[in-house]
Amino acid sequence: MMSKTLFNYLQALGDDSLILAQRLCEWSGKAPTIEVDLTLSNIALDLIGQVQLFLGYAGEVEGEGRDADRLAYHRAAEAFRNCLLVEQPNGDFAQTMARQLLFSTYCELLFDALCASSDQRIAEIAAKAVKEVRYHAEVAADWTLRLGDGTEESHTRMQDGLDWFWRFEDELFAVGEGESGLVAQGIAADKTGLRAEYDHRIDAVLAPAGLERGETSWPLGGGRDGKHSEHLSPLLAEMQVLPRAHPDARW
Amino acid sequence: MDAAPPFDGALAARIEQVLADVPDPEIPAVSVLDLGIVRGLAVENGQTVVSITPTYTGCPATLVIERSIRNALDQAGLNNIALKRVLSPPWSTDMISDAGREKLRAYGISPPPFGADARSLRGNDAVACPRCGSLHTHEVSRFGSTPCKALWQCDNCKEPFDSFKCH
Repeated sequence: MMSKTLFNYLQALGDDSLILAQRLCEWSGKAPTIEVDLTLSNIALDLIGQVQLFLGYAGEVEGEGRDADRLAYHRAAEAFRNCLLVEQPNGDFAQTMARQLLFSTYCELLFDALCASSDQRIAEIAAKAVKEVRYHAEVAADWTLRLGDGTEESHTRMQDGLDWFWRFEDELFAVGEGESGLVAQGIAADKTGLRAEYDHRIDAVLAPAGLERGETSWPLGGGRDGKHSEHLSPLLAEMQVLPRAHPDARW
Repeated sequence: MDAAPPFDGALAARIEQVLADVPDPEIPAVSVLDLGIVRGLAVENGQTVVSITPTYTGCPATLVIERSIRNALDQAGLNNIALKRVLSPPWSTDMISDAGREKLRAYGISPPPFGADARSLRGNDAVACPRCGSLHTHEVSRFGSTPCKALWQCDNCKEPFDSFKCH
């Protein structure tokens, strides 16, 4: 079914941004410096804006009266389509930045490709969002360089942070069930074609930072099918508790 | 009979006059017209429509801006004018008018350079201090008081200042 696969695809796009935004906001009020605090919260704010657009459209495609808030706050973990990378815990600041580097670099390439989507709504959202994500990728690259090329301590932490996340890279570029049909129609981007440029960009950040790409012996996936790690449910519990306790509450 | 009603030039001028007095909620020194948030004026099926566009997707001011414009139009007796939110083409800082840039500078915010479509402007542009004009400045934080600004400091007069990011 066309609309079902499109609905799932839009949920995946929205959920990646939503879950990452929620993770980044865990730093609000306790980031290493106030500048970093502002940075992480503002990146999260951009992501929430993208969520509104992607999940809003997803709800329209589904046609059952669910809006972005309904989808964000009233779905269970197995209904979420985000990749496993974004739901992983923050770890220390270096680990958060490692996740940010991998995700933003991937997302910038994806949105650049989606600007040419045959679905006009997706193309418009991507064109709007890619400018924001480009900035996020720059911020992450700057911090990767600063920490990787910093002290022995910061270098070790940055390398450790990256090493924790390599196993989640392959899932970013995996083409999910039904997605190839969307690719054939020009609606979805062919993610497999983005991998080489992604690797090139990541390597270009790692080299001057003196960091190394690790081996992936056990790549993990399943998030796009609703099979998540144990970290998603507690995140959702915190994010959803208020709207679930007061479903009719209004601002 | 005419297929489409002729565009009412006097009405357009009146609407523009109203919008020129609607301030941006976060940077009240500039109007929504100065910022380029107002995308255009059109007649659709006999209805006059003002199109507006968000600066950033997550900009918390978007809703406030829409309400301010709605209120201003209503108060001017233009409650028959419709508002429409559009995404495309995406807003860029190149849409900020020359007058808007000057107002930003006078307000203490360094205006963004032109050329937002360039792939990367990293490290290429020295930001001029809005107070003393010196190009001897440095970035303190990639994000400032709002998502659209970065925090800078002047090495000449030592004043910290907001810089409107090229977007």
